[in-house]
Amino acid sequence: MPVPPALELDELEVVYRVRGADRAVLHGVTLTVGAGEAYGLVGESGCGKSTAALAAVRYLPRNGRVRSGSIRVAGADVLGLSPEELRRLRAERLSLVYQNPIDALNPALRVGEQVVEVFRLRGVPRGEARERSCEALARVQIADPELILSRYPHQLSGGMAQRVVIAMALAKDPALLILDEPTTGLDATVEAEVLDLIVQLRADFQTAVLFISHNLGVIRKMCERIGVLYAGRLVEEGTVDAVLEDPQHPYTVGLIRCIPRGGARKDEGRLDSIPGFLPSLGDELPACAFANRCGLAAPICRSEEPPLYRSSEGHMSRCHFHERAQELPRATDLAPRVPVVPAVPAGEPLLRVEDVATVFHQRGRAVYALAGVSLEIWPGETLGLVGESGSGKTTLARTVLGLLEPTSGSVALDGRALPRLARRSHEQVRQLQIVFQNPDSALNRRHTVRRILLRALRKLGDLGGGAADQRLRALAESVRLSERHLALRPSQLSGGLKQRVAVARAFAGTPRLVVCDEPTSSLDVSVQAAILNLLVELQVTERVAYLFISHDLGVVRYIADRIAVLYLGRVMELGAAEAVFDGPHHPYSEALLSAVSTIDGSGRERIKLEGEPPSASEPPSGCVFHTRCHRKIGEICERQEPPLLTVADGRQMRCHIPLEELGRLQRIVDSAPVEETAV
Amino acid sequence: MSAFAVTATAARRRSARRETLRALISSKTFVVGAAIVGWWVFCALFASVIEPHDPLTQSADVLAPPSLHHLMGTDQLGRDVFSRWLGGARSILEIAPAATLLAVVAGTTLGLLTGYLRGAVDDIVSRLSEALLALPMIVIAVVTVVALGHSTLTLVVVVGVLFTPIVARTVRAAVLSERERDYVPAARLRGERAGYVMFAEILPNVTAPIVVEATVRLGYAIFTVAGLTFLGFGVQDPSPDWALQISDNYTLLAAGNYWWTVLFPALAIASLVIAINLIADGISQVTER
Repeated sequence: MPVPPALELDELEVVYRVRGADRAVLHGVTLTVGAGEAYGLVGESGCGKSTAALAAVRYLPRNGRVRSGSIRVAGADVLGLSPEELRRLRAERLSLVYQNPIDALNPALRVGEQVVEVFRLRGVPRGEARERSCEALARVQIADPELILSRYPHQLSGGMAQRVVIAMALAKDPALLILDEPTTGLDATVEAEVLDLIVQLRADFQTAVLFISHNLGVIRKMCERIGVLYAGRLVEEGTVDAVLEDPQHPYTVGLIRCIPRGGARKDEGRLDSIPGFLPSLGDELPACAFANRCGLAAPICRSEEPPLYRSSEGHMSRCHFHERAQELPRATDLAPRVPVVPAVPAGEPLLRVEDVATVFHQRGRAVYALAGVSLEIWPGETLGLVGESGSGKTTLARTVLGLLEPTSGSVALDGRALPRLARRSHEQVRQLQIVFQNPDSALNRRHTVRRILLRALRKLGDLGGGAADQRLRALAESVRLSERHLALRPSQLSGGLKQRVAVARAFAGTPRLVVCDEPTSSLDVSVQAAILNLLVELQVTERVAYLFISHDLGVVRYIADRIAVLYLGRVMELGAAEAVFDGPHHPYSEALLSAVSTIDGSGRERIKLEGEPPSASEPPSGCVFHTRCHRKIGEICERQEPPLLTVADGRQMRCHIPLEELGRLQRIVDSAPVEETAV
Repeated sequence: MSAFAVTATAARRRSARRETLRALISSKTFVVGAAIVGWWVFCALFASVIEPHDPLTQSADVLAPPSLHHLMGTDQLGRDVFSRWLGGARSILEIAPAATLLAVVAGTTLGLLTGYLRGAVDDIVSRLSEALLALPMIVIAVVTVVALGHSTLTLVVVVGVLFTPIVARTVRAAVLSERERDYVPAARLRGERAGYVMFAEILPNVTAPIVVEATVRLGYAIFTVAGLTFLGFGVQDPSPDWALQISDNYTLLAAGNYWWTVLFPALAIASLVIAINLIADGISQVTER
C-alpha cells in the first residue's frame, strides 16, 4: 500500500469572523506535502501562513472556521474527525513547533515532567518514560539531559528551549512536523545550530515537514519544495531551486529583489521594493490579488483571476504573465548613488567612545555588559554594530545616547565629554537621536502622527506655531508620509509607515548621529528595503552618521561603511565593512558569517560554535572567546587576553593569531559572497 | 501608494472608539448596572419633585406598615419611608463620588510619580502607603472624623485619602509596564521633562486601568461612607440618608416587626453597590479584550 501524503490541503478556504462579517484568510489553497518531504511556506505578514498551519491541526482561533475544502493529514480527513480521534491524531501523528519556545513550555513545571508527559500519553510506563526522555534530549544534542530535565523553562536559553520543544515534537515519531518560524527569535549562530539539527533529525526520522518562515535563505537550506503565499492565495509553487532561481510570479521576483544580497552595498544603488501595501484582512482585491502592486499588471489581471499555469514539471505560477515575470520593472530607480566615505576617515571624529565599561548589578551578581570599548564615529558615516544577543550592542547604544551611565570611560561629542542625559545641553540632545526596533513601542499609541512630529519639531527643531506646521509638511514629505497620515494614530498605520514616522521624528531637528537599533528587523522585507533606502537617502542629504545595530549581516553589509563586531562586551574586530566581510576575519566574525543561510544556497562551510555564549557575569579567563573558538591555538588563549591591535589601516582585531596567519587559515574555506535573506 | 488601502484602514480604525462604546452597550452587565445607577442619580436630582411626602416632615402616624398612602410605611417619627428612600440617594451620591474623585486624582499622581521616578521616591511613598493600608480602615476613619469634626467635607477627605494608596498601587503597576516601552526613552531623548513624560506621554496610556479602578473604588466608597454613617460618624440627622435610616431604626427590629424601616434603605444601598460593580465588570471586560 502506498504511503499517503503527510498533508493534503484541497481548495482550502478559511475565514475569520470579524465584526459580524466573514473575511477570507485562505483562498482556495491547494498543496501537498509528500511523506518524508520538507515543504516551505513563505510570505509576508498576514498572508495566511500560520492560519494554514493552525487549520491543519484544527486549532483555529474561535472566530476562524474552514468554509470549504478539505484537509488530510497522513490520509485522515481532519475536518471529519470526532473529538477523540482528533486528540489521538494530535497526540500521535502531528507535531507543531512555534516561534517562541519559552512560551511553548509550561513555566510552572520542570522540563522533565513535560517531556515525560509526551511519552506517558503514548502509554509508556513512568519509569521507562524518564529514560526515553533522556534519550530524546540526547538526540537533539543536549549534552547533559538529566540536568536539563530537572530545570524550569525560564532557566533555559532560547536555543536550548527550542531543542527541548523539538525533542518533544519528535518523541512521538510524527507523520507531519509543522515548524512555524522555529528559529526567528534566535541568534544567527544558534539558528544555524537548530537548523543543522533539524536537517539531521529529518534524515534519521524520515518525518515530513511543513516549514513556515519569512526567511527565504532558511527555506532554501531546509526544504525541497516551496510555496509562496500572497493574500491567502498560493501564487507560486515548485522546487526550491526552480522558484528561487527562476521565479515565475512577479511577487516572488519582487521579494527576492528586495533583499540586500550578493554583497550589495549602498554605493552600488538603491534596493528595489514592492510598491503599495500588503492587503489587510477584508480589503477588496482585484481578480489577481497582486495586480495593484504589480508592474506588469494589464487589464486582464483585474478582470480574470489567473489560473495556476504550469511552466515546467511541478513548477506552477498564478500569473497571466508568468513567462515575463522576471521582466518586472524596478519599483525604485537604481540611482542615487552614495558618496563613499573613505575607510580610514580623516579629520576629527564626531563621536569618540573611550574605554567604556558598564557593570550592572543583578541579584547581587555583577554583569559586565561592556568591558573597555573604544571606537569612533566620523561625520556622515555608518558604523555597523554586530554580535549575538548579550554582546553589549544595545548597552553601547544606550550609553552613547545617555540613557545609561558608563561605570568607567567616557563618551565625547566633538571632543567634549557628554554628561548624562539630564545634564546635556539642548544642542547635545538635538544632535543624538534614535530609531528603535519596534515602532509600536516607540510611538505613543495615544498620540496622532501630527502631534508626535510637531512635538519633536518644537523640542528638537526649536520651532513654534506656524513655523513648526510648515516644517511638518516638509518633514513628512521627506519620509514619504502624506497629509492624510498626519491625522492618524500609530495603530492605524502599517508597520512600514509607523517606522517612517519614527524616522521622521529622529530627523526633526537635524541630528548628527542617529542610533538605529535593529530598525528593520520587525518589518517585512518589501518594507525593509524601502526603509533602508530612506535611511541612505537621508544620510546623503543630511550628512548624518548612523550607529547601525543589526543581526542581519546582509543589511549591515548593505548600509555600513565600517563594522564593529562585539562579543561579551568587547570589540573583537573593527574595520571597513568590505574588509570585515572579505576577511581575513576574526574567528568569531568568521563563525558569525558562516551561520548565515543564503538565498542562492551557496553557504560558507559552517563553523560550529561550541556551546552557548558564556554568561557576562562570569566571563572566561584570557580571550573571552576561547571557550567556543575553533581556532584556539593553546594555553595562551586561556591565560592572556589578546589586546585590540591595529592590524592594518583602520582595522583592529583582538586575537592572538596574526592577521596573515588567519588569512592563510581561512583562504581554504571561503570565497562565496555572504547574504542574509529575510522575507 | 494605494490610496484605497489607507482610507480603508483609517475608516476601520476610526470606529475603534465607537466600537468600545458599542461593546459596552451590548454588554448586559454594563447596561443593567448603568440602568440602576441611572435610576438613583435621577432620584438624587429630582427627589423633591417625585416625592409623595416631604421626607423630613414628622407626623403622628408613626411606624405605619406599608400601605397605599405610605408605600413603604413610616418610621418612628412618622416620616414617609418611601420619600426618604427616594431622597436618600442624594447624600451618598454626593459624598462617595467626590471621595473617589479625590482618591483617583491623588492616587494617579502618586502612582505616576512612584512608577516613573522609582528610586527613593518610590521606596518612601510605597512604605508609607503600605503602613496606612496595614491599619484597619474603619478605625482610622472613625478617629479622624472625631478629631476633625463632622462635616461632609471631612468625610470626603477622609475616605479619599484612605483610598489614595490603593489607587496609587494600581496606577504604579500600570506605569511600571508602560515605562518599559520605547516612547518613554524617545521622549527623554528629545529633552522632555519628567512631568511631561508622566502626564502627556504615559498617562493617556494607563487610562483603562484607572477607569476600572475608579469604578471599583466608588463601590467601596459607598460602602465605607454608609458604614461610617451607620456608626454615627458620617452623615448626620435629619438627612434622609439610607445608612442613617438603618442606624435610626434597627433597634426597633428587636422591639417589634417594623422591618420596612430597615429593609428598604438596606436594599437601596445594596442595589447601588451591586450596580456599580456590574459597571466595573462591564468596563474591564471591554477594555481587557
